[in-house]
Amino acid sequence: MSDVRDEPRVLLDPTGERELATRPRLPRLESLEGRTVGLLDISKARGDLFLDRLESHLRDRGANVKRYRKPTFTKPAPRDLRQQIAVECDAMVEALAD
Amino acid sequence: MLLAMDASRPPLPDGLVAIVKRDCPTCVLVAPVLVDLAGRTGLTVYTQDDPTFPDEVASVDDTDLSVSYHHDIEAVPTLLRVEGGREVERAVGWHRGDWEALTREDSLGPELPEWRPGCGSRSVDPDLVPKLRARFESGTLHARRVALAPLEDEIEAAYQRGWSDGLPLVPPTEERVLAMLSGTTRKPDEVVAVVPPDLVECSVEKVAINAVMAGCAPEYLPVVLACVEAACTDTFNMHGLLATTMPTAPVIVVNGPIRRRIGMNSGMNVFGQGNRANATIGRALQLVVRNVGGGRPGEVDRATFGNPGKLSFCFAEDEEGSPWTPLSTDLGAQPGVDTVTLFPGEAPRSIVDQLARDPESLARTLAANLRTLHHPKLVMAFDVLLAIGPEHVRVFREAGWSKAQLVERLHALLQIPGVELVRGADGMAEGLPEAVKDATLPKFRPGGILVVHCGGGAGLFSAMIGGWVTGEMGSQPVLQEIRP
Repeated sequence: MSDVRDEPRVLLDPTGERELATRPRLPRLESLEGRTVGLLDISKARGDLFLDRLESHLRDRGANVKRYRKPTFTKPAPRDLRQQIAVECDAMVEALAD
Repeated sequence: MLLAMDASRPPLPDGLVAIVKRDCPTCVLVAPVLVDLAGRTGLTVYTQDDPTFPDEVASVDDTDLSVSYHHDIEAVPTLLRVEGGREVERAVGWHRGDWEALTREDSLGPELPEWRPGCGSRSVDPDLVPKLRARFESGTLHARRVALAPLEDEIEAAYQRGWSDGLPLVPPTEERVLAMLSGTTRKPDEVVAVVPPDLVECSVEKVAINAVMAGCAPEYLPVVLACVEAACTDTFNMHGLLATTMPTAPVIVVNGPIRRRIGMNSGMNVFGQGNRANATIGRALQLVVRNVGGGRPGEVDRATFGNPGKLSFCFAEDEEGSPWTPLSTDLGAQPGVDTVTLFPGEAPRSIVDQLARDPESLARTLAANLRTLHHPKLVMAFDVLLAIGPEHVRVFREAGWSKAQLVERLHALLQIPGVELVRGADGMAEGLPEAVKDATLPKFRPGGILVVHCGGGAGLFSAMIGGWVTGEMGSQPVLQEIRP
């Protein structure tokens, strides 16, 4: 008995077919001294408290700190903001909150 | 008839061309005429079922129906005149006068009756069309092909690849996807929307693939396309709605004549199971977000509870039974236009009032229930979609209340003293800052109560579907016209 079908069955991929190729991560910073770290507040309650504390720790270690804020936590950061951060910073911390 | 030239279409030889099949009595009847014409002027005969037919003419084998399909042969016999590779005249069935005019010959088949209708071409046999479409048109599909192993079960394969919402999917074969695409006039490669959260461009074809998997019929596809367009607007903010911990998701209300054309349910068990269009249109939208947009629970979808409507929450408004304007025209659509309205909603909650016979009493019942939406002490943060059932709408109709009157009364009843809303009031920590103590605040923003009429004819009930964070920071209802 043969239950192997004679024609190969082909389905159409329902996904976004995003490339699976991985993008390499940027190398870790050797030191924070003199480097610029961006802190992104996503506009959730008390995210600023967390970032204030982080900022003081980072400054203690010699880093420059720049603060950014998303207009609303419910939507992705606007493209312009993402580009601004990419241009201005060597590293970035995004704060979730609640 | 001039047809667009198509590289995949087999060319026809110049001169007279006949397409026939032995299984057709009219073709058998005209076989002597074909033999006669072959002798007089030359004639190319294509046969769909038996290459030895007609017996005395060397016919061309079209049993794969390639010529018949590509040249839109609907009945046999079909007689064509071809000049310079193009069809310039066509006669269908047997009609002596037409055949003589087309061939410029006379005395054709003198022993035959004047006229006989033809038979259906095999290329339009409903059982064969899906296969033929897949064979001849799959080149128009651009999605990656996923070949299954010989013993792999199709349903299990879809689960394993992560495509499913938990229920079995209809396997998206080329045949089914091409059949689905016949439900729209839009081109398969047209971009419908950029789907969050991955912000992937989504073609009509990708929507069709997911609609197949959801179980849609082709005639639902325009509705699904409109849903995808509406969901992916900045106003609706599908990304945020997906990512929120709240139990909300797209709720789809369909208005316009298309509701009845595709057999949607607006009556008994309107939010429940049992109607194919209701159950699959919402599911198709969710599958597009899952598969094309990459929005999956536990990943970007962070819902604490979710709700069963995230499988599909789609229904039609009962416009015929309503004394009121439909939701679509409330939101700005022209009457009679097919639309979807997407509302960012939670599961429906029942409102019972079996005793109210006057509109003021019933409005108070509705307001008391609306007050509790998400929390009795939270205001102006969420919209509501209020579904008034037929037995409740009767109370308003008999009293002559318009929908606008009801909504105005509900807003008036839902002006709440700040002292009841502040943190700590009623022994509940949840609430608003102390600063609003002396103010009076509305439960809903202006325009935040949307009313739709639906449900079964028996039961003095209505239902409320709570919204998500409203306004520009959250999600707002979106009206979208359904295009063919």
